[in-house]
Amino acid sequence: MISQFFVLSQRGDNIVFRDYRGDVQKGSAEIFFRKVKFWKEDGKEEAPPVFNLDGVNYFHVKVVGLLFVATTRTNLSPSLALELLQRIARVIKDYLGVLNEESLRKNFVLVYELLDEVIDFGYVQTTSTEVLKSYVFNEPIVVDAARLPTLGPAALFMQGNKRMPGTAVTKSVVANEPGGRKREEIFVDIIEKISVTFSSSGYVLTSEIDGTIQMKSYLTGNPEIRLALNDDLYIGRGSVPHYGYSGSSGAGAVILDDCNFHESVHMDNFDVDRTMSLVPPDGEFPVMNYRITQEFKPPFTVNTLIEEAGSLKAEVILKIRAEFPSSITANTILVEMPLPTYTTRVNFDLERGIVGQNADFKESQKKLEWSIKKIVGGSEHTLRAKLNFSQELHGNITKEAGPVSLTFTIPMYNPSRLQVKYLQIAKKTKTANPYRWVRYVTQANSYVARI
Amino acid sequence: MAPPAQSQRSPSPSQPSGKGEVSDLKTQLRQLAGSRAPGTDDTKRELFKKVISYMTIGIDVSSVFSEMVMCSATSDIVLKKMCYLYVGNYAKHNPDLALLTINFLQRDCKDEDPMIRGLALRSLCSLGVANLVEYLVGPLGNGLKDGNSYVRTVAAVGVVKLYHLSASTCVDADFPALLKHLMLKDKDAQVVANCLTSLQEIWSLEASTSEEAARERESLLSKPLVYYFLNRMKEFSEWAQCIVLELVSKYVPMDSEEIFDMMNLLEDRLQHANGAVVLATIKVFLHITLSMTDVHQQVYERIKAPLLTLVSSGSPEQSYAVLSHLHLLVMRAPYIFSSDYKHFYCQYNEPFYVKKLKLEMLTAVANESNTYEIVTELCEYVANVDIPMARESIRAVGKIALQQYDVNAIVDRLLQFLEMEKEHVTAETLVLVKDLLRKYPQWSHDCIAVVGNISSKNVQEPKAKAALIWMLGEYAQDMQDSPYILESLVENWDEEDSAEVRLHLLTAVMKCFLRRSPETQKALGAALAAGVADFHQDVHDRALLYYRLLQYDVFVAERIVNPPKQAVSVFADTQSSEMKDRIFDEFNSLSVVYQKPSYMFTDKEHRGPFAFSEELGNLSIGTEPSDAEVSAQRVEANDKDLLLSTSEKEESQGYANNGSAYSAPSYNASTMPGASQGHFDLVSLDQPSTVHPPANFAIDDLLGLGMPATPGPAPSALLLNAKAAIDPSAFQQKWRQLPVSVSQELTIDPRGVATMTNPQALPQHMQGHSINCVASGGQAPNFKFFFVAQKAEEVSAYLVECIINSSSCKVQLKIKADDQTTSQAFSDLFQSALSTFGSG
Repeated sequence: MISQFFVLSQRGDNIVFRDYRGDVQKGSAEIFFRKVKFWKEDGKEEAPPVFNLDGVNYFHVKVVGLLFVATTRTNLSPSLALELLQRIARVIKDYLGVLNEESLRKNFVLVYELLDEVIDFGYVQTTSTEVLKSYVFNEPIVVDAARLPTLGPAALFMQGNKRMPGTAVTKSVVANEPGGRKREEIFVDIIEKISVTFSSSGYVLTSEIDGTIQMKSYLTGNPEIRLALNDDLYIGRGSVPHYGYSGSSGAGAVILDDCNFHESVHMDNFDVDRTMSLVPPDGEFPVMNYRITQEFKPPFTVNTLIEEAGSLKAEVILKIRAEFPSSITANTILVEMPLPTYTTRVNFDLERGIVGQNADFKESQKKLEWSIKKIVGGSEHTLRAKLNFSQELHGNITKEAGPVSLTFTIPMYNPSRLQVKYLQIAKKTKTANPYRWVRYVTQANSYVARI
Repeated sequence: MAPPAQSQRSPSPSQPSGKGEVSDLKTQLRQLAGSRAPGTDDTKRELFKKVISYMTIGIDVSSVFSEMVMCSATSDIVLKKMCYLYVGNYAKHNPDLALLTINFLQRDCKDEDPMIRGLALRSLCSLGVANLVEYLVGPLGNGLKDGNSYVRTVAAVGVVKLYHLSASTCVDADFPALLKHLMLKDKDAQVVANCLTSLQEIWSLEASTSEEAARERESLLSKPLVYYFLNRMKEFSEWAQCIVLELVSKYVPMDSEEIFDMMNLLEDRLQHANGAVVLATIKVFLHITLSMTDVHQQVYERIKAPLLTLVSSGSPEQSYAVLSHLHLLVMRAPYIFSSDYKHFYCQYNEPFYVKKLKLEMLTAVANESNTYEIVTELCEYVANVDIPMARESIRAVGKIALQQYDVNAIVDRLLQFLEMEKEHVTAETLVLVKDLLRKYPQWSHDCIAVVGNISSKNVQEPKAKAALIWMLGEYAQDMQDSPYILESLVENWDEEDSAEVRLHLLTAVMKCFLRRSPETQKALGAALAAGVADFHQDVHDRALLYYRLLQYDVFVAERIVNPPKQAVSVFADTQSSEMKDRIFDEFNSLSVVYQKPSYMFTDKEHRGPFAFSEELGNLSIGTEPSDAEVSAQRVEANDKDLLLSTSEKEESQGYANNGSAYSAPSYNASTMPGASQGHFDLVSLDQPSTVHPPANFAIDDLLGLGMPATPGPAPSALLLNAKAAIDPSAFQQKWRQLPVSVSQELTIDPRGVATMTNPQALPQHMQGHSINCVASGGQAPNFKFFFVAQKAEEVSAYLVECIINSSSCKVQLKIKADDQTTSQAFSDLFQSALSTFGSG
């Protein structure tokens, strides 16, 4: 059972503090913050999400820079506590539209109201936004979302300052639109986080896709929804019929290693026609999480060359190539590469005629950073850098630098080829069709090229 | 409480603005109390908000208590809620004022709106004032019978709140019985779940004094109840499912059919998006199949994919919790993830705590087939700019090498690390090379060649320096410059801050002297002089010891300081299997993350409803009959072990178990009988760190290996019933309930092990001694047997878990007995039966 729940700001202030059992001292938030802040003397190691201090167990997760913390004296399931903390954050976001320090501070009374119903005497009662709606009476004070950098999936759909159709992602589930009417809409986002490691010779060593089908519904009357996925989708690597392999090259079956589903999902017809049916509860939730280790074509290939050029000099050539169709554009690409620790100065030679690219040498971290705003599919970009060293090289320079890592976002592209073929809303009223948004996005999780 | 936020960055209401404001609030609230003017509620809301925000940041606003209560007469539910929150926070410390609130809370408990009834009841029960319990009984009783399920859910939790205030009031009002009734009948699943949690809490607290409560608690695990919960599983919220699954994991099914039914019913829970539900389900699967070895293995296969999905789909915090569980599983069944090792490769942006666990996973899953790939990957991390990560990776490579896979290639890799010329890499690698040499002396030639090239000036970390010095002493013959390097180190004696390094330096110089006396004489003289003058007691004593030894007889000195060494075959395991089993019993809890059983980090009253076996276990240690002195001592030694932190323990055990192989002479002495006995005493007095005797000394005595010690108690004439029988599920149930009364490690005749290719060999042998096998399983080298025996004259049973490692010929024995006073006698009997296995 949970003894206390609290949210701390980055500076360690209590934003909300709720004591459920009274068996942990009141100063626990301060004790916790001090411990986390000074976990190791050098400050380099992060505190683990679970630790025990004088018989009190502290759980914490970091959400948008805030610390969500629970304490207990009992031998609780850590998964339960950590999952709960994430859920509390999600419920609060559903209500406030935007989750950050300001919105929390403005709405702390509402948050207390939620917390009262989420946990009673340390026992979790519900974390369903839908259920909580009937118990919560405060109106959220909405903070201006446009002014703030949004985090979480919503941010993926931003292109610079122009937002894609997803304004609603920062909309509270309870607040009304300025016109007093609610817009009937539903968002289905297919978000794939990819991890790829390339060997120094450019081969793919490991690759994985961690995908989520995320849903956020603003439909009234809780209609049933049917979601159809690819016909050639298989769950479990052993379940693929063998004849499926030979025929099509390149466009083979989509094979999920494994997946899990939200409680509300019914899978009765899944084996027959790959459809799931559900009555989506209010708020944001993952319909399905999946994991793929089947090979896929990495969206970027990276070529790195580092060579000595004289006694105190070296040259780096970084080349990245976008391996996706030209109709697609990747955003906010950042290439990072650690350089030898004795690097003192770097001169960059950027390609001419490309806007929105920038290269920098972060001296304190001895790291090269190359950022590009947009990369169109099929194109290739090169960066040349001349390094100056303060001491003679010893040994192999490739052991002193790298690996190269990439972060990027590619909207309307997913390497797994998993698709939502259709999204059907069982109609109850004769009003206009609700808006249906199905969006795909790919994000680099750990995209590393060794040199 | 945290200090109030200093900055006025945002104009939010939770920013404090001073102490005087509280009294301002008081006046304002008082003015509003009676007002009925329109807009009053809005003003009140603002004021209440201020009060609550002060409360949050730790400013004491208890002085406005009566004003808050006066203002609470409102129909505005938001205001009411704020007021309840405030009252709940301060009532406990102002019991007199709390009385003021009873009136309006009781009135609200009868409100038309079920929401208000529920809220009021919750607040009433949360006041936490013992004097006011009489006011609770009525509303609670009504709440439990309320037509609205929200009110009933609140009431069900309210009962346990009352119990904590006044157990007798709660029991006298017969609330537990009411809860039980509701739990079995209520249509609303959340009411049922709350009844269950409240009853668990109440009955396990009552159980210590009331037999009836203990019985009731047991009855929660009865078949009809467990099935009742299982059948309603889908109605429960995901959180309530976790509670029910935890309960179910304690249930012992009668037969295999039941086991399969339960697993089929719960199968789809493994695909739940909530990791807590998945882990709770896995716990059920693992625990109910314990008696069926092959099904248990299938369970491992089945849970693999869902677990890996949880690792990668959640936040890093959640991955951490799941990875801890994977680590526990992989220790029990290393093969299950051996082909999935790539899942444990680190991603560059993961937090260190996740990476560290992944490295542990990689070392745990390494085997013949994947070691090359894993070590190659680890070598990439070693070159990493992230220093803690590089260090951990080197340690991981070393651990894999010590597991005996592909040592050849790994030694090469380690030596390459030394050539990288990064200080932290060199330091970490030196420590590992030292350990490797202790295990694989045959590599000394290759290693020494490289180590010899390292300048001791580039090694600063004490542990690394000590390792280097140890090698200089140990391999003085093979390292040309050894005496001279040591000499220069001795010259800088005063600059050496670490006593550990100075101790090693003394020993190394001594060893070097015994092999290359002419070259080392000068250094030895200087070292002994510096050592005797050293302010550190241990260093001083060791120097003096060496000095006197040399004076007495150089050959004796040689035998003590430089005895012939045997390679270390197995480094001491960091955790006893007993502990690991306890942690496994507590799957899906903090025990797994901390790698400690719960009794080591929780107080008794917080151990949860079903932790009784541990308590009994502890009790039995205390009440051990005095004649079983030997075993009592052993238990104590074990407990001491448990109390040491893992790293400490690793060291002390490492030293103790490998005494003759390595390290300072004092340790050597401790395991050398005869000539050095006198020194042993001297040294052990001076060296507090050697006082812990190796835990298995006492066991060796029992086996009669010729160690002089107090003889164990004579085995009493214990007669066993030759036809003892018990069915596996009854065995399992008993096994769970009884505490371990004897737990030992011993060795078995290798000839016996050789016959174990026939799985029936041991059971047949033991049957000849009236000890019957209930279940057996495992794969070479680890075999597990469960035996049962009964006393001839009564139905008192002995249960035995016997784990045999056929490669090391080690046996781990755990005995549980109905009659604990005779368990030692039975243990002797069992061991004598086992000792003849293979010899006859």
